Amino acid sequence: MSATGSRNGIGLDVLTVGVVLIGLALVSLFLSANTHDPLMKVHAVIFLGAFTLGIAALAMRIAGGLHFDQSRYEEGVIKAGVIATVFWGIVGFLVGLVIASQLAFPNLLYFDEIGWLNFGRLRPVHTSAVIFAFGGNALMATSFYVVQRTCHARLAGGIWPWFVFWGYQLFIVLAATGYVSGITQSKEYAEPEWHVDIWLTIVWVAYLLVFLGTLWKRKVKHIYVANWFYLSFIVTVAMLHIINNLSIPVGLTESKSYSLFAGVQDAMTQWWYGHNAVGFFLTSGFLGMMYYFIPKRAERPVYSYRLSIVHFWSLIFIYIWAGPHHLHYTALPMWAQTLGMTFSIILWMPSWGGMINGLMTLSGAWDKLRTDPVMRMLVVSVAFYGMSTFEGPVMSIRAVNSLSHYTDWTIGHVHSGALGWVAYVSFGAMYCLVPWLWKRKRLYSNALVEWHFWISTVGIVFYITSMWVSGIMQGLMWRAYNSFGFLEYSFVETVEAMHPYYVIRAAGGGLFLIGAFIMAYNLWRTARGDQRAGENVPDAMPLASAIAPAR
Amino acid sequence: MSDHPEVDDHSGTETTGHEWDGIKELNTPLPRWWLTIWLGTIAIALVYMVLMPSWPLPWADTYVKGLRNYSERETFAADMVKLAASRGADQEKLANTALDAVRNDEELFNFAMAAGESAFGDNCATCHGAGGVGAPGYPALVDDVWLWGGSLEDIKTTITHGIRGASDDTRFSQMPAFGTDGMLTVSEINDLVEYVTSLSNRAADGAAIDRAKVLFEDNCAVCHGENGQGDRMQGAPILSDTEWLYGGDREAIRQTITKARFGVMPNWQDRLEPWTIDALAVYVHSLGGGE
Repeated sequence: MSATGSRNGIGLDVLTVGVVLIGLALVSLFLSANTHDPLMKVHAVIFLGAFTLGIAALAMRIAGGLHFDQSRYEEGVIKAGVIATVFWGIVGFLVGLVIASQLAFPNLLYFDEIGWLNFGRLRPVHTSAVIFAFGGNALMATSFYVVQRTCHARLAGGIWPWFVFWGYQLFIVLAATGYVSGITQSKEYAEPEWHVDIWLTIVWVAYLLVFLGTLWKRKVKHIYVANWFYLSFIVTVAMLHIINNLSIPVGLTESKSYSLFAGVQDAMTQWWYGHNAVGFFLTSGFLGMMYYFIPKRAERPVYSYRLSIVHFWSLIFIYIWAGPHHLHYTALPMWAQTLGMTFSIILWMPSWGGMINGLMTLSGAWDKLRTDPVMRMLVVSVAFYGMSTFEGPVMSIRAVNSLSHYTDWTIGHVHSGALGWVAYVSFGAMYCLVPWLWKRKRLYSNALVEWHFWISTVGIVFYITSMWVSGIMQGLMWRAYNSFGFLEYSFVETVEAMHPYYVIRAAGGGLFLIGAFIMAYNLWRTARGDQRAGENVPDAMPLASAIAPAR
Repeated sequence: MSDHPEVDDHSGTETTGHEWDGIKELNTPLPRWWLTIWLGTIAIALVYMVLMPSWPLPWADTYVKGLRNYSERETFAADMVKLAASRGADQEKLANTALDAVRNDEELFNFAMAAGESAFGDNCATCHGAGGVGAPGYPALVDDVWLWGGSLEDIKTTITHGIRGASDDTRFSQMPAFGTDGMLTVSEINDLVEYVTSLSNRAADGAAIDRAKVLFEDNCAVCHGENGQGDRMQGAPILSDTEWLYGGDREAIRQTITKARFGVMPNWQDRLEPWTIDALAVYVHSLGGGE
């Protein structure tokens, strides 16, 4: 097939996807028939159902006459990604609100007989839904969009991007159903068990190949900085995921497995993974998003090419060392703690390189902060990014960490990054993408974006400030001694003292969720082509689906 | 690819000449302040690495110890030695003083109270509540109602051996499950509920009380006493007062008679040092109802 022409009928992509789906359907059929582990059985049936649906969908696509127009960008899978991002975002925020309320009012939704509604089961549902389902779908959708537009090439792999999209949704469903029914390997942010990990590996490698294939097909000489960041995110997450999840299953039909590492090595591997999930999933991937949507929306050139190169390479080189700062004052050897801390301090400026490039790109377009709430959301996300990447190195200093570790300060820090940075830059990208993808003249309403912005900003401020106060208070109470050298406070007294802050935190989460509902409504009306009467919304930039000429 | 750098009107800076989907890049040099701070953090990190244990030397099975030769393990051990030195004398004195004499020595009493309060918070408050206010099923320690006795020695025995605990000398008694085990019928239990309710001077069904009088004498009085005055030898609660461990309304009493209760308190002699148990006894005794 020619790169510029179009293709009809079954190609290698359809054949390979078909073979993979049929093969895996047979494996899951075998598994569901032979497992004695009821939890594994549930997952085998979900696998089987999903693969069967996949085969049916593929058959319908073939019957409908496959058509891949190589002169146009692939946009269907990105539309699906936008919908999934908003959907999982609301699910993740909602579960977050539930567990925040459970912490404030422990009897809420507590049932002796319904274990899966308890905090311990719902907490990983919240973290995974927000990081992997909401964040992951936002990254996949925007990376597929950005890589096509900045390479002037259609997404590689034909039907494979759809495999990646649906495969990833299947991973999310397996992870969440596993958590509530009790399947976990007890590694934070890596809770899914071995069979789900293998599935994610297959999907992720397909994602990597689609991305690389598109870069390969590019019609421009240089690779745009956003794509460096996206690629580092995809490659490193693959490495982190595979190594941290190395384990030996109890049996091939059992859902339980045991880590290949033991003791402090296991802890170190886990936090090497955990911190770089922050570094490469939540930072580098979203920097890729920032590097496209901010200059695009501001219609200004990126501030400094040189800074983008230096901060990219320094960021990815230094981040990978920083994990041990999660294990200060533990059995981890002192030398490893030193390295984790010192590299975290060196990491401060490389992180800020992205903030500088994001903010300074607005130079010459600062007025848009006043007139364009979407622009404001994107810029505020970069400001939160700057704040939490300063706070992080500070918290990695051993003396500070001795106060902050295990307290709510950590939770507040994570959420200034997650709500302020990750969610805001994603919201900004969604507000840009929906009119672009659905070919609408403008957003349904700018006033609703303003409401979303202010309500959720107040929510974030509630969240972060209450956790700062609660966390520092908690840390100080834990280390308070009386004149005889005995602990001043019992643990339960520190828990009691946190109650008002937990209520404020839940209120902040509630506001953030309300904001997300406003966004979902606005995006839905935009996609339908509605325009809110009486509003003078500037036109979205018209973006053709036809591939831009080679440069 | 056309590499045609152009000058950006707003900043006066040249672009790199690259363009992707309409996005260009300025060729701005690295911000000086950014580079300075970065080099500064690298310098700080290097100094820290020189001072503290830092790089591993796996071929020699060791690591760079750093100029300060700092060891977390040794620092911790030294801290513990210091702590032991600062309060070791008080611990020993407390362990060697008869419990009822502790109060006479103000300094020792203050030490025992501080140690007791701290140990209580970490070990006892989970069930008995902060400050010992109690919860349903977990006795309040701030009042003068004691199931097994409220003297210093009684309290110490309870803490040491527990109630229905794993110690050979644990305090033990068991109320029969009159309903579940079929010892009494439902209507008999209903009558007894009225009878027990009346013991604490509350209005109850007179006819039921008359019917239950014999039942109470036959089944309950041997432990709880003829007038429900309780028996500390068996940990049998007083039924004629207003304090109820598991609730005093009719439904709670019906539950207790039907299924019985079997509250367990762990024995702490294997988990806490003797002087800590002494301190706990002094502390609990002081909460309000000590005898």
